[in-house]
Amino acid sequence: MGELNTAMIERYRNSFLKEVEANVEEGEWVKMCMQCGVCSGSCPLGKFWEHPPQEIFMMIRAGKREAVLQSESVWMCTSCYNCIVRCPRELPITHIMHGLAHYAKRLGLVPKTNPTAKFAQMFWDNLMVKGRINELKLGLALYFMNGFGDGIKVALKNQKLGMAMMKTGRMNPKEAFGGHAVKDLAGFHKVLKKAQELEDARIAQNGPPAGA
Amino acid sequence: MTAVVATNETILVVGGGISGMTAALEAAETGKRVVLVEKRPYLGGRVSQLYKYFPKLCFPTCGLEINQRRAKQNPNLTILTMAEVTGLTGAKGNYTATVKLSPRYVNANCTACGDCAKAVTAEFDDEYNYGLGKRKGAYLPYRMAHPARYVLDPAIIGTPDAERAKAACRYDAIDLEMQEETIDFPCGAVIWATGWKPYDAAKIQPYGYDRFANVITSVEFERMADPTGPTGGKLVRPSDGKEAKKVAFIQCAGSRDRNHLLHCSRICCMASFKQCTYVIDAFGADAQINVYYIDLRAIDRFEDFYQKVRANQNIRFIKSKPASITQDKDGSPVVHGVDTEGYQRFAEPHDLVVLAIGMEPSVDPASFPVPIVLNREGFIETDSANGGVFAAGGAADALDVNRAVQHATGAALRAIQVVNSVARAEV
Repeated sequence: MGELNTAMIERYRNSFLKEVEANVEEGEWVKMCMQCGVCSGSCPLGKFWEHPPQEIFMMIRAGKREAVLQSESVWMCTSCYNCIVRCPRELPITHIMHGLAHYAKRLGLVPKTNPTAKFAQMFWDNLMVKGRINELKLGLALYFMNGFGDGIKVALKNQKLGMAMMKTGRMNPKEAFGGHAVKDLAGFHKVLKKAQELEDARIAQNGPPAGA
Repeated sequence: MTAVVATNETILVVGGGISGMTAALEAAETGKRVVLVEKRPYLGGRVSQLYKYFPKLCFPTCGLEINQRRAKQNPNLTILTMAEVTGLTGAKGNYTATVKLSPRYVNANCTACGDCAKAVTAEFDDEYNYGLGKRKGAYLPYRMAHPARYVLDPAIIGTPDAERAKAACRYDAIDLEMQEETIDFPCGAVIWATGWKPYDAAKIQPYGYDRFANVITSVEFERMADPTGPTGGKLVRPSDGKEAKKVAFIQCAGSRDRNHLLHCSRICCMASFKQCTYVIDAFGADAQINVYYIDLRAIDRFEDFYQKVRANQNIRFIKSKPASITQDKDGSPVVHGVDTEGYQRFAEPHDLVVLAIGMEPSVDPASFPVPIVLNREGFIETDSANGGVFAAGGAADALDVNRAVQHATGAALRAIQVVNSVARAEV
């Protein structure tokens, strides 16, 4: 990934906006932002962001590449869609935030300790096994994300919730042994492999020259 | 039966606001026959509901008075109030217009003495004050109404109130038997001047216009500032009547927003600056005003006015489109958002929030009574497919009064060219 990072810096030396447009999902919308600020004000987690979306868009235009791609902010989005609903120019802000996070991940620029990125990876790995989320394993992995002692504490705190989920069939203890899968697991993996290839090919167009 | 003398050399003007009045008078004063059709019971339209004009802060009553006098003196002009054009057939130079006349229940004998209003008891929301006050079931729409003739609300017909009004009238002016009429008459050209209406503020859900009493629109604030208005010119909170010293103006309320109106309504920046002066005039150094904006559009000669307002220490300009409004326990609206200059979050309580509401065409595109080419915002396009129908003023674009009047004069000239060619005076 370091190589791709260097290649992208070379290619878009003076225009981070162009880089975002070409490589980030829905990135071509960034230039439509008129800095009204309705997105930032509408974000329920807004006060926890270092840079609210409106500022991220301005930073992209100002060429603050490292500050944007290494920011914790783009990982703060919980997909509530308040910003998209209210944006007077209909920018798909939620998607752009996820697109930026995804691009940062590809370039290896995600802040090492970011919990959302960590959980996203956990979720992805969990999903890849059977094509369905194994709630039990994912839940446990989340509890113990910050070590064993912390995990026990969180688990005890959420005991009631866990029991209720089991009672209503939302979580099954049997899931600990393998767990249920999609009907055509091989097909599922094939679909994802193809999607990965397509995306790799798209990024490679802009990335380092072959053999570099 | 109402009779209208008209030929295919007559110009029909639809709408008697400032644009329609201007177009009708300009055409009539060149000697053309003009029929002016107005839906309301009086002329003047939304201009009659303004307290002051920007940028000179003079009174619209002045110009309206001049136009009303011109209208009274001109023998070429026929004015039909409480009338709506429901159809138009034919082609340029040879149209037949269909007009529906609603009954006023008051004839030309009326001297506007007001005895009928004293006699009746039922009250209704006053449209002239955007529902901020009440009016009687027999009423003069506003103090300078032209024609200066009372109106009976159709809701009192058949009730004892109607009989009371009739009994009170000393001039035999009340005719409870009046019926709706539909008339047809010829015309050669049509000037469409149906103007604009304020965008429905309740549709801007996060601002809570429909939930919070102290969030009002700019047109309502304008009525409030008028000494003859529903509050006697006092700037107060509708919830408790307390003085509204700390006022927020939210710009682009509905305008420049793909969820609402696509266009910039052009007047709202200047209208808010003007309304800032109302608050300053009322409370002086105690006034506290916040103007929330995306960007300010005080074009050409208005720049001076903007600079003057901007220089006032009691008026703050905050570059931010507020995200939402909530209400605190005192009923004060709290404006939430993030300031683009510095990205600071704010939650600012105010006594009153005024939404600088956008302008939309008053005629709904889906129910236009005549075939016409509209743009995507619903305003009338200049298009040869419109034949002898020409838009004037607010029906053509979001315009301030000055530009609407210029536009209406242009429309009058276009209509005159058509009827001149009918008369073979021009080719």
